[in-house]
Amino acid sequence: MDSQVAQYVPVLMLIGLAVLITGGMMVVSVLLGKRGRRTTIKDTAYECGMLPVGAGNTRLSVKFHLVAMLFILFDIEVVFLYPWAVVFKRMLAHPDTANLIFFAMLSFLGVLFVGYLYALKKKAFDWTH
Amino acid sequence: MMNWFNNLSPTSQFVLFSALKVVPAVLVMLFIVAYIVLVERRLCAFIQDRVGPNRAGPLGLLQPMADAVKAFLKEDFMPAHVRPVYYWLAPALVMIPSLLTLAVIPFGSQLGSQKMVVADLNVGILYTFGIVSLGVYGIVLAGYAANSKYPFMGGIRASAQMISYEVAMGLSVIPLFLLVGDLNLSTVIGDQTHGLFSWLVFRQPLAFAIFLCAAFAETNRTPFDLPEAEQELAGGYNVEYSSMKFALFFMGEYANMIAASAMMVTLFFGGWTLPFFGLDQPAATVLGGLVHIGIFLAKLLVLLVLFIWVRWMWPRFRYDQLMNLGWKGLVPLALANIVVTATWLWLKS
Repeated sequence: MDSQVAQYVPVLMLIGLAVLITGGMMVVSVLLGKRGRRTTIKDTAYECGMLPVGAGNTRLSVKFHLVAMLFILFDIEVVFLYPWAVVFKRMLAHPDTANLIFFAMLSFLGVLFVGYLYALKKKAFDWTH
Repeated sequence: MMNWFNNLSPTSQFVLFSALKVVPAVLVMLFIVAYIVLVERRLCAFIQDRVGPNRAGPLGLLQPMADAVKAFLKEDFMPAHVRPVYYWLAPALVMIPSLLTLAVIPFGSQLGSQKMVVADLNVGILYTFGIVSLGVYGIVLAGYAANSKYPFMGGIRASAQMISYEVAMGLSVIPLFLLVGDLNLSTVIGDQTHGLFSWLVFRQPLAFAIFLCAAFAETNRTPFDLPEAEQELAGGYNVEYSSMKFALFFMGEYANMIAASAMMVTLFFGGWTLPFFGLDQPAATVLGGLVHIGIFLAKLLVLLVLFIWVRWMWPRFRYDQLMNLGWKGLVPLALANIVVTATWLWLKS
């Protein structure tokens, strides 16, 4: 049972157990919890004891969306770097592939670094801008 | 007894052993979660020259039980203005991923013939990063579900912070895998068994510094606890939650802290190994296996105390400082570390 697919059996068991424990705790809390009365004031959104003003979902700065987009760009870069990191040592040991693996990723990182500099110059990382 | 066991097919034996590892692993994790809360409260108290909770049982050791009973018995109230489905889903989505991260972490060498890791996956760290990313959904969803201003702001802040530092975290460990050449965490530990200075924290100190920063930000701990900044947000994404659902967020945060510490022990501090007395080789006896588990837990505890200690040594960052540190500090630093490490290995070959 050393195959990799079999190794996911315990992962599935762990998922099952985690769902069971979490769900169980929520259900037990509903069953055991005190039954309270529902009042109008209890149903209002919490704003430090004042009556809520306006809608619950306030408008938010466009900066947050910018961060999300930058995250996608750079996270994809990270994803590409992992397979490279794994084979790096093995390909480096072989004289035919040593330069290939090194310069291939160096150029990839170079292109991305230019992109990073562009974002930096456009002040995409400046929160107060 | 042994006859009965030997008569089982290899598949049933495998499933049985897996269950015997999964269940105790989760129970130990929940036990540590319960008691690290107590350790934090006592330690905070000592740092602030207070006494801390010491009434429930000797030295306050029964405090976690008292807290659990309280959380279960409190009114499970759902305000009328929330979005019900997401409101129920969010605490579970915080808690479940934080329990799943421990699957790939080798918490000991072996007991008998069994490797002390729940699932010895060859993708190792990729699994962890995948699961850790899921944790963001719970917090964002909690903010959205509450349909109220403070939780909403807390959820949005948390998502921006966590995804920013996830990039730095993902980049920071790549130099380690350049050195080791494998993503499997058991192999990573095996690579750190050539004396104390083969621990990756000494071979890659910069990577460790970046990973540590990112781990604090990912787990929303001070100095990066902006999602729940009490003074500004009155508690952040969990404001509208009560009873056990609130406690699940709380436990999820501590479970994440434990998972992050366990990752650091495995990646940088040699996992279950110690470079003396031959403790860096897989154990041949049951006692040796237990000693290895003890070493792992001891290292884990040291890092957890570090998490708690830092909370009282550092003030909170401002949001622009947080973003500057993440995007202009850690990300380029991690990239530079990758290029330097790769170049060094290339020159050496």
